[in-house]
Amino acid sequence: MPNELIFYFLALVTTVTAIGAMSFKNLVHCGISLIATFVGLAAIYMQLNAQFVGFAQILVYAGAVGILVVFAILLTRGSETTGRRNNPRISSFWGVVTAGFLLCALVFPILSSNSLQRGSSPAPVVTVKEIGLQMMSTYVVPLQAIGLLLTAALLGGVIIAMRDGETEKEVFLTKKIKTRVEHKAEAEVEKC
Amino acid sequence: MNQNIDQVFVSLKSWIVGLVPEFVQPLVSIFVSIGPLMGLFGTCFALTTILERKGLGRIQNRFGPNRVGPAGFFQPLADAIKMLTKEDVVPHAADKVVHFLAPLVLTVPIWLAFSVLPFGRNMAAIDLEAGLLFFFATGAASELAVFMAGWSSRNKYSLIGAMRGIAQMISYEIPLVLATVPVVLVVGSLSLNEIVAAQGGFANWHVFTPWGLAGFLFFLIAATAESNRSPFDLPEGESEIIAGYLTEYSGFKYALFFLGEYLGLFAVSGLAVTLFLGGWQAPAAFLEFIPSWGWFFMKFAVLISIFIWTRGTLPRLRLDQLLTFSWKFLVPMVLVNLVVTAAWQLTSVWSFPGAASLRWIGAAVLIAIPYYLLGKILTRLHHPDRTYQYAE
Repeated sequence: MPNELIFYFLALVTTVTAIGAMSFKNLVHCGISLIATFVGLAAIYMQLNAQFVGFAQILVYAGAVGILVVFAILLTRGSETTGRRNNPRISSFWGVVTAGFLLCALVFPILSSNSLQRGSSPAPVVTVKEIGLQMMSTYVVPLQAIGLLLTAALLGGVIIAMRDGETEKEVFLTKKIKTRVEHKAEAEVEKC
Repeated sequence: MNQNIDQVFVSLKSWIVGLVPEFVQPLVSIFVSIGPLMGLFGTCFALTTILERKGLGRIQNRFGPNRVGPAGFFQPLADAIKMLTKEDVVPHAADKVVHFLAPLVLTVPIWLAFSVLPFGRNMAAIDLEAGLLFFFATGAASELAVFMAGWSSRNKYSLIGAMRGIAQMISYEIPLVLATVPVVLVVGSLSLNEIVAAQGGFANWHVFTPWGLAGFLFFLIAATAESNRSPFDLPEGESEIIAGYLTEYSGFKYALFFLGEYLGLFAVSGLAVTLFLGGWQAPAAFLEFIPSWGWFFMKFAVLISIFIWTRGTLPRLRLDQLLTFSWKFLVPMVLVNLVVTAAWQLTSVWSFPGAASLRWIGAAVLIAIPYYLLGKILTRLHHPDRTYQYAE
């Protein structure tokens, strides 16, 4: 019974914060609300005895992805724009259509799959150690492939962020210094 | 007799839990674990503030607080009363809700981190199989708290401070986590209890292996940066940006931020003791008359004093130096350390005479050479020979 109560509480928190993430006007609020949703999801995972997934969810989503989202919003000045919005009637129409499609795409395969007929099986006890061993033995090739992909993405990010040549400000500053030096030299020539 | 003293808190807890009817026992058990932890580390916080102020005072050739109570030791009490009675000023333009939530987001998750630390034999509040992972997961919230504090204040200095803080925390989280991986590799478990159990006796402490010593030092450096302490306290550099993200906080909220910072320091110190210094294990069997929690807190106190000492000794870094140091020096070095640890683990089957010393020297050299070369290259890259225009 207390287990169920905790589940309903967590579900409520997750749902409310998820709705908040969509409907707040200030984008930074949306981001913070989204992070709260991630934490709620992690708590649900942990309640289901999936410790590793729960911790990974907090570390990766609430920690890294959340901060990244909030930062992206802040750096692109999204937090300051309040004005222009798309036509609410059209966007809500397409929103309903998309949501309906998504619902169908999710519900029908679940209903038609045989996992519902099988009844509930006893939950497997998966230890973190076992996950690690599996990743390093059976699934080592996918792991390496993902590692390679992420490294490539990281390098790409660095290259995009890298400045090529002088920036405008630097050019401006060097020009200023040059003119100043020239002025000084001229002044000294005049003195002589 | 020794056994009794060693287990006194454990027995006390089971006695208290036994007093209540069975259906509330889990709940009571939780509270009996949480209450002492909060009380203990709250007291530690008060004690550390006064010791730090007195220690810094001595380092700077002055007395430090010495007016309140005997030798000034009631100063934290006076500070607490002052903080509580101060007016809570919230800027008019501030985002009220986020501004209010930020200190809570910082302080609450850090208390969770203490729940997995083994303070003595059988004295971890919860024995999680992935305790180390849990510890770092709880630390993830502090970045968010710093951001929330900086952004919601609507103050340039706060925002700059928050940006610096987050850049620093993200950069140093990687070496912090990677420095602990060799320990996991050697012990073969993420459970903090098992990591302590693997370090019985002085010679088995991880700090007395080449990779352990290197890992310990990298961990301490990264931990200093993670808890925003000097020489990495740029987010609060008062000569540049007032007090960083704390600028618009006053009264009790400010105290909460302070509490959160010190608790973070305690948590990483406790983790360093657990991972590298043998946790609650006594150095040798004949010293076991001192209870296990006694050993834990002795090692803990030594680490805290080292942190106070470094704060009093080192000047503050510049932001580019700070980030360069993490990404170009610490991260490669912890990776090297990881590889060396793997080699150490592979060669643990060697049994010919002199194998132990050969392993030791080999590992030490394999860490020392990259350290020296990397340091040399980075010095040349970032600090080219100075040319003095007017001094010669």
